[in-house]
Amino acid sequence: MNATPAVQLRDLGVTYGGATGREVLRGIDLSIAPNEIVCIVGHSGIGKSTLIRCIAGLQRPTTGEVLIGGTAITAPPATLALVSQDYGRTLMPWLRVGENVRLPLRGVGLARAVQDERVAEALSVVGLVEAARSYPWQLSGGMQQRVAIARALAYRPQVLLMDEPFASVDAQTRAELEDLLLTLQRDLGITVVLVTHDVDESVYLSDRVVVVGGRPALVREIVEVPISGVRDQLTTKADPAFIACRTQVLSSIQASKDSGSAVGG
Amino acid sequence: MRVLAGLRLLLWELWLPVALVVVWWFVSASSTSPYFPPLSRIWEAFVENWFGPSFRVDVVPSMTNLALGLAFALVVGVGAGLLLALFPLAGEIAEPFLQFFRAIPALAVLPALFILFGTGSTGNVAAIAFGAVWPILLNTLDGIRSIHPSVRLVARSYRIRPYLLVTNVLLPGAMPQITVGIRTSLAIGVVIMVGSEMYVSTAGIGHFVVVAQQTFALADMWSGILLLGVIGYALNVGYGVIERWLLRWQPRSTSGSK
Ligand SMILES: Nc1ncnc2c1ncn2[C@@H]1O[C@H](COP(=O)(O)OP(=O)(O)OP(=O)(O)O)[C@@H](O)[C@H]1O
Ligand SMILES: [Mg+2]
Repeated sequence: MNATPAVQLRDLGVTYGGATGREVLRGIDLSIAPNEIVCIVGHSGIGKSTLIRCIAGLQRPTTGEVLIGGTAITAPPATLALVSQDYGRTLMPWLRVGENVRLPLRGVGLARAVQDERVAEALSVVGLVEAARSYPWQLSGGMQQRVAIARALAYRPQVLLMDEPFASVDAQTRAELEDLLLTLQRDLGITVVLVTHDVDESVYLSDRVVVVGGRPALVREIVEVPISGVRDQLTTKADPAFIACRTQVLSSIQASKDSGSAVGG
Repeated sequence: MRVLAGLRLLLWELWLPVALVVVWWFVSASSTSPYFPPLSRIWEAFVENWFGPSFRVDVVPSMTNLALGLAFALVVGVGAGLLLALFPLAGEIAEPFLQFFRAIPALAVLPALFILFGTGSTGNVAAIAFGAVWPILLNTLDGIRSIHPSVRLVARSYRIRPYLLVTNVLLPGAMPQITVGIRTSLAIGVVIMVGSEMYVSTAGIGHFVVVAQQTFALADMWSGILLLGVIGYALNVGYGVIERWLLRWQPRSTSGSK
């Protein structure tokens, strides 16, 4: 790879509770190119959210470092947005939906009209224009998650981190949001790192699937997804290359479970 | 619909007090006891005093002191609570002291405050502010601390500007508790307003009641007590409206003070 990686992890390790505590991640090396979509898959509780919090600059790794656009970070960088797993609590209950989406755009020198435009655009992209004046508690869980996604999109990050962003929406909406993400990623040229439990989803979305596993978790395997061109829910998922990748990811996850675990998952 | 429902609620709340007043009116009508003058007599005094010159002489200064004292308490309480919440170490160190100050009955501090601030209205305002500041301060501190960590994390990950963090995240997030603190402070403020006027003062409703008592103008005394009840009640109701507005974002079923 010739260009500077958009995201680079060097020997990243996390141990909770000090030196004698529980080691969750060890020696993660990963380089993600600009405009790439990478999915991280692994068992529940393995450390995926921990990893993504480190990339977001919200948590200092115990060892190693995170580089965004070539510079090591110690705090959340401005070019990055995170849609976190805990969607129900990441919207401000006291702000209407539109104001929730607008909040990150305020105080950074954007004209009010530009903010309005971006908020309206982001909400229409996730299909929630009519909800702009509602409070978060008036929306369903899936709608709240879409608001969190809209907030990240309106922010126009160069790197978009998503932690199980589609976990709480129905299958139909989920498929739509997946395609939406692919379209946006293509049009805006952003780098996406997405955590998911869903193997099909990971293969469908990714250029590469990163399987993490074991205790402590390591990068078990990186599966390239050799599907070029625009992807499509029906034809891509029937593509032999898709099925081959899916099998590979699945067996890799299973192998990581059989080998590394001292404690039951 | 809502107006009708509101009206029904009002009637439901009002029937008992109205009935009691009517009973009081007729039972006391023939009273010859100097201590319990007929309600009609108290009412006459009430109109004469509070719709007359005493309004300007006593009610206006009392209310002005109360408003100023509470305003100070609000600004200092919310401001200091916010600062202590922003600097957790300072908050940890200060909290026992704050709890101690809160535990001192403000009435007991009156003599000291009057020496410091004089016996004029400055002293009254200082006393009210001193009594009312603690519940607001401690509730602001606690309210900000109890904001869910996920909300703080989002604010951090989007690098929300400090003033937006304060106005759009921390204060609204702490508002459910700040409003509880204000309600407590309101009650304390009224008590100290009256207490300080009774203790040293040349004007005010508390002063009026004490002078009336000492000069055996008992109808006047009762009219003052009645007025204080009305004021306290009106403040509570008025504050309820403000509180509902401050917490307008909450689902209706869980709003209101506990
Ligand atoms: N702040 C923390 N302090 C101590 N331990 C933690 C902390 N956060 C996470 N852990 C532990 O680290 C491990 C990994 O947690 P993490 O949330 O990263 O897993 P995950 O892979 O995202 O799981 P899931 O798929 O269920 O979301 C878990 O065993 C968890 O108990
Ligand atoms: Mg997780």
